Amino acid sequence: MSFEWPWQYNFPPFFTLQPNVDTRQKQLAAWCSLALSYCRHHKLYTLDIMEVQECPVFNHKNIDRKLSTEAILIVFEELRKKGNLEWLDKNKTQCLVMWRRPEEWGKLIYQWVSRSAVVNSCNTFPPEFHGLEEWMLIRSLQALQTDGKAEVITMDDGKGVKFF
Amino acid sequence: MDRFTWSNGLLEMNETLVIQQRGVKLYDGEDKECCIAIPLSQIIYFEEQAAGIGKSAKIVVHLHASPANKEPGPYQQSKFSYFKLSFKEHGQIEFFRRLTEELSQKRWESTPMSQPIPTATNSQTGRTRAVGIVGIERKIEERRKETEKISQSKLMVKAKEMVELSRSIANKIKDKQGDITEDETIRFKSYLLSMGIANPVTRETHGSGTHYHLQLAKQLGDILLAPLELLSPEDLVNACKMFESLKQPLRLRIFDSGVMVVQLQSHSEEEMISSALDNVTDKGSLTAEEFAKLLGLSVLLSKERLLLAEKMGHLCRDDSVEGLRFYPNLFNSQA
Repeated sequence: MSFEWPWQYNFPPFFTLQPNVDTRQKQLAAWCSLALSYCRHHKLYTLDIMEVQECPVFNHKNIDRKLSTEAILIVFEELRKKGNLEWLDKNKTQCLVMWRRPEEWGKLIYQWVSRSAVVNSCNTFPPEFHGLEEWMLIRSLQALQTDGKAEVITMDDGKGVKFF
Repeated sequence: MDRFTWSNGLLEMNETLVIQQRGVKLYDGEDKECCIAIPLSQIIYFEEQAAGIGKSAKIVVHLHASPANKEPGPYQQSKFSYFKLSFKEHGQIEFFRRLTEELSQKRWESTPMSQPIPTATNSQTGRTRAVGIVGIERKIEERRKETEKISQSKLMVKAKEMVELSRSIANKIKDKQGDITEDETIRFKSYLLSMGIANPVTRETHGSGTHYHLQLAKQLGDILLAPLELLSPEDLVNACKMFESLKQPLRLRIFDSGVMVVQLQSHSEEEMISSALDNVTDKGSLTAEEFAKLLGLSVLLSKERLLLAEKMGHLCRDDSVEGLRFYPNLFNSQA
């Protein structure tokens, strides 16, 4: 399924950081939503700032508009505040994108686990978990742990999870 | 006797007072009837200046500009358009009363040749009575001459003086420094008169203080409504700031950028913004230059309107190498 661009993507002002505060809020919300859905669609988990500038999301060649680096960083800061992004370095060149936050993953996992009524056994993950990188999985489980719904156990041959 | 010059009455450096004598009459040669005169028709307006401590009562008379065909007089030029009669002893009240009478009757306007044909009177001012055709024609001719005489340069000079005066007055109001002097007030009113304000306020009629100043500013507003494009907003800004508390159809508007304009109140914000939005929506998007061309306004003013509409959330901007362009704010209006 091809990615569906939102109407803002073809609206030139979308690529100019709006000075009006209220307008900017709406604009940034739309950017966050677009960035996350794009990453979800393409199963992207890590982004490099330099590469991302040339990515179609931020560089719309058809209308000859691109989002400035400054604006991209502002969008990313919004994502970080919402818990959808984490910087991997102090210089902010690379980041993790959690288009599904650990808590949300945790919920999904728990639901699946509950449905399957499986504890401590090997199972294949359903499609929605495909591509889920390990770091993401671990965070999700940690989130569940915080919530009291799971426990990560260290065993001789690795880690295991106990679900409650 | 055309050798006389005006003097301020003070002694020059190289002069000493020899003798002073009252009650001496001046003859021009053998001509005993030597006096200076001014026709009543030259008077626009006059007012009393009450006596004070150490000050005698005065009548201040404001005049039209000299007609071109004026006979030579004691002084060919003056920087003032009014004169004062200072009543050292008494007589001011009666003089004032008679002057009022004469100026309301305007007997000089009717001539022996007048036709008994009734003509329309201007009942609002009560000025013109039923005069003959000749009288009317003469009056029209006079007016036309007056208008022609006020040349561009004269207006400029007057405007500049008035502006400086306004600024000085405005500063005094701002700094609450003492009183505006009588002299300044009279000069100011003189300008107002020459600009066409027939009955300037006086301290006497409106009291002193804020109310008086407000009224002065009000009349400034009246001036600006006349087609006087010689005054730039920057020059008048201090005086214009007096508009703020008035219910005058004028506003001094200061945009965020610092640009100041004097505009009619009828240019209400809502109207401007909604019309800007209509224009932009109609064309899809507009730059300040395109908008200026559309409205026949300066680019500066057009940009300010667009920025204002943006500030109010009706427009948003597209800023690229192609320039700054404004769009309807679809972020707001669309889901």
